[in-house]
Formats: sequence, C-alpha cells, structure tokens
Amino acid sequence: MTNIQNLKQIASQVRRDIVRMVHAQNSGHPGGSLGCTDFFTALYFEILNHNPKKFTMDGKDQDLFFLSNGHISPVWYSILARTGYFKPNELSTFRTLDSRLQGHPTPMEGLPGVRMASGSLGQGLSVACGAALTKKLNGDNKIVYSLHGDGELQEGQIWEAAMFAAQHKIDNLISTIDYNGQQIDGPVDNIISLGNLKAKWESFGWEVLEMDGNIIEEVLETLNKAKSLIGKGRPIVILMKTEMGMGVDFMMGTHKWHGVAPNDEQLEIALDQLEETLGDY
Amino acid sequence: MKKFEYKEKKDTRSGFGAGLFELGKKNENIVALCADLTGSLKMNMFADEFPDRFYQCGIAEANMMGVAAGLTIGGKIPFAGTFANFATGRVYDQIRQSIAYSEKNVKICASHAGLTLGEDGATHQIMEDIGLMKMLPGMVVINPCDYNQTKAATIAIAEYEGPVYLRFGRPKVPNFTPEDQKFEIGKAIILNEGTDVTIVATGHLVWKSIEAATKLEEKGISVELINIHTIKPLDEETILSSVSKTNAIVTAEEHLLNGGLGDSVAQLLGRKMPTPIELVAVNDEFGESGKPDELLTKYGIDTINIVSAVENVLKRK
Repeated sequence: MTNIQNLKQIASQVRRDIVRMVHAQNSGHPGGSLGCTDFFTALYFEILNHNPKKFTMDGKDQDLFFLSNGHISPVWYSILARTGYFKPNELSTFRTLDSRLQGHPTPMEGLPGVRMASGSLGQGLSVACGAALTKKLNGDNKIVYSLHGDGELQEGQIWEAAMFAAQHKIDNLISTIDYNGQQIDGPVDNIISLGNLKAKWESFGWEVLEMDGNIIEEVLETLNKAKSLIGKGRPIVILMKTEMGMGVDFMMGTHKWHGVAPNDEQLEIALDQLEETLGDY
Repeated sequence: MKKFEYKEKKDTRSGFGAGLFELGKKNENIVALCADLTGSLKMNMFADEFPDRFYQCGIAEANMMGVAAGLTIGGKIPFAGTFANFATGRVYDQIRQSIAYSEKNVKICASHAGLTLGEDGATHQIMEDIGLMKMLPGMVVINPCDYNQTKAATIAIAEYEGPVYLRFGRPKVPNFTPEDQKFEIGKAIILNEGTDVTIVATGHLVWKSIEAATKLEEKGISVELINIHTIKPLDEETILSSVSKTNAIVTAEEHLLNGGLGDSVAQLLGRKMPTPIELVAVNDEFGESGKPDELLTKYGIDTINIVSAVENVLKRK
C-alpha cells in the first residue's frame, strides 16, 4: 500500500498538472478538478483493480470507472497519466488541435482509460448501470465506479437511472457525488436546491455513505466500506463533501473558478502553494 | 412490371419481434431493453424466454439509451426498443453522446414510426426521425418494408458492429418479400427493371410504389422500382446506375421532406448527376388522428401521389 504521505504528494502533483493544463490553453475547469483530486488519487492509486498498461474497452475482470461530470477532465487526465495509461507529457496537448485530450473526455480519439464520452450532463449513471449489468451477465465480479457533480443531479435522467438501479438490484456499483455545493451560476441551493440529498437517495433505494472528499484517509476508509457493501442487493452512493478549488487558496470557497483559467501571475501563486512534486510534465 | 404477391398482411413490428427472438436463441450476447411497450414492440417472446437478458426500463427512455450504451462495455449487443418518437427526438442527446459519439454497438429499435401509427395522432407520429438519425456521424439508418424484411434486418444488424437505427411500424401491410432473404445493410434491392423513370421507396411506401408502378405500366410507363431499405449508408451506385438509364426519379417515404430519403437522394444527384426529381413525402406539417390509409391520402403520400409525381417528373425530362 502506498502510504498516505505518498498519496498526498501525488495529489499535489495532480493539482499542479491541473492548473498548468488549464493555464496553458487559458481554457478548462480547474475548480471541480481541484476539489476531486484527493478522491481520484485514492481511487486510482489504492482502490481500483485495474491495469493501466493493458487498457481494453471491455475491461473484463477489471474495475471500471465512469466520469459523468466530464468537464473535470483535467483531474482525470492527470490521474490517468500519473497511473500510467499514457505518458504525462501528453497532458501538454490538453484542448489543442489533434489531441486525444479533448475538452471533455471521449473514447473517439482512442485515449486509454476512457470508455464513454461525457460532457452533456446526467448520462453517466445510466451508462454505469449498463456496464454493471454486463459484468453480472459475464460472471465478472469486479466493480463499476462512477462520479457525478451535485449540480448534475438537477438532470432528470440521473433519477431515472437511480430508480432503474434499485429496481434491477445493481449492487456492483459505487457512485460518488461531488457535493461541493457550487455550480456555474452560483451556489446549488440558490439555483435549484437538492434538498435533503441523503434522504432522496435513501428513498430511491440506495445505500448511502458520506465522507469528506478532501481528507485522503477518510476517502480510503469510505471507499473500502462501500466495497464491503457490494453484492448485498442495493446500489451504493457516496455523498462526498469537497471544496471547489481545494489546494489553491484564491480558488476555494467560490463557484467563480468553475470554468476559468488562471493568468500567469495566478499560476505562479497556485504552484507556490502546491510545493510537493513528482516532476512536472 | 413484375407481379408481387403476398399470402397475408403482417406488421413490421412483429417481424422485429420474431427476429429478436431468433437472435436470442442463437447468441447469448444479445440483450434487449424496453420502455414499457414490450407488447407493442412484440418483444414479449424474447422477454419471456430470456428474462435474464431483458431489462424493463419503465417510462424512462433517456436512461434506457444510456444503459444500452453501458451494456456494450463487456461485449453485449443491446436492442433498445420503444416508439420511434421516444427512440429519437426525446433522447437525441443521449444517443448523440452516449451512443454515436462514444461509438457504442447499440441497436435502436423504433416502432410506430410515421403517419400509419394512426389514431394516436401527431404526438406519436414522428416523421422527423430518419433525418434526426442520419445526421449523427456513424449512425446506420434502416427502414425495411415488410414483415419478412424487418425480421431479416433485425438479424443482420446484430452482425454489424456499430450503432444502428432500425425503423418499423404498426399497421399490417402486405408481406411480399422472400421469407429466406439475406439482408445486406446498404444494398438496395431492384424490385423491377424499367426504362422511363426510377422510383426509390422506403418502408411502408415500397408497397404503395409497387401499386403505383403497376398503374403506370397500364399507362405505358416503364418503371424501375428500387427498395431502399438502408437510407444511410445510401446505395449510391445502384441509384446512379438506374438514373443514368431513366433520367428521371421519384422518391417515396413516410417522413417529412426535410431530412428524409428524398433529401439524401436529391443531395446525391445534385452532386453527381443532376436529374429531374420529385419527392413524395410530407411537407413541413404534423399529422393527426385517423386511419393509416386515410392519413396517407390526406398527407399526400399515397399510391396516387406517387403516380402523379412520376407524371410530373416525366414532363421535366
């Protein structure tokens, strides 16, 4: 097991990648990416049963991960590179012409690690349900994971999928909600409130866990607890409190960095706050 | 004009149901999904025989399309069925992102397409679906003409790797194509050879075109009649070859002018072989309640309209 200190060092590097990628093209979504960095680090470096060197679309006998809120592609791309799906220097092509690292993820360009396009919100939970059902039909006991934004829960399709998963007892699925309380136009509560989100998922027939997504130890503990609930007849959702922009002080506590890139000066300030590095791409 | 005979009238949706059931028996990777219309789509046989491979999705078509996309990951071949309106317009973005752009091997199976849905009226009578689906990069669009052909098409699309839109309908129509036919995606079928005019028709309008061609022959007009069961990819070679002989063409379909078969054919001819063309299709309006044949007549896509279109196009040669 990678020790916690190592994971924190990886997370710091991933955050450096995120702000540098977004800065380079003056385009992309740093806020949610930074908020979910600790989750991705824990999931990809500790939890997932996967083989980055031998990526296959079918992913037989491997855990699968689906990113439904595709706009936080910077954190996912960095994690995929840092776990070995492709070389980190490809991160420099993010959002540029002919790149496999499209603004929003797609399998169309053949990027290892990506099995489904996302960007138009609300679709990933349905896809994850389908993939989980195929694992059951194939007698494959590995797990399907998915990540969703909280603003994304305003899409009706999410709740169609939530009912479907419970009805069909999709109990090999662990979905996580990035519950940062922010969306483009402001705080979620001021836009269309999610109300009592825990009660909503419970009433839809899901097993609900909660965690602070910016404390790596807690993320690991909760994901392991979720794994222990696999195969018990109910789908599992984790409500993950995060802080948008976590790790860069001027990006924290606001929705304003949802889809805005730092300028040169802001990049320097951000990198100064993310000291630990494995080596920038 | 060749004689086309049939023993009975059958609905194309039953051809789909029979094809799906046959697929289920021979390929355990075939899975099916339906959004609370299992009986209407004749999917019961599959659902009853293979309950572990059938997913009832309820009245939630957006989710159904996403689940179907996910099922392909790991090698399943999903057939997702509902009415054509709910299989296209209602879920366009789900198909666009999760199926077409993600290059997923999903078969979208759409029944009750067009006016011949009948009494339910315009809310359900989609006539934009061919256009919507053919615009999606990589999407194959198929509209067979009778029970036997729909069954054969259903079986054939399982062998094809990639997203397919399979369109069929509600009413019972003459079942005249061979029971043992092999269905080739993208390969038009020349039903009758002729010299004066080409008629290309798809779906339910193929039989109407046979009726029209028979009437035209009585008037001394020799019709080359082509069944275009695959609108995309279009069999350009067969159409161009026919038109180079007849120098006039009429298209016939149960769809709007915009986006349909006629639109594809006109585009082809405009680029490669400018030719007088008339389009038999519905002109920029919604349908209404009524009997299927009454509706075809009122909306100008019946046998008589095909005959008139041929007479008009011949004047322009």
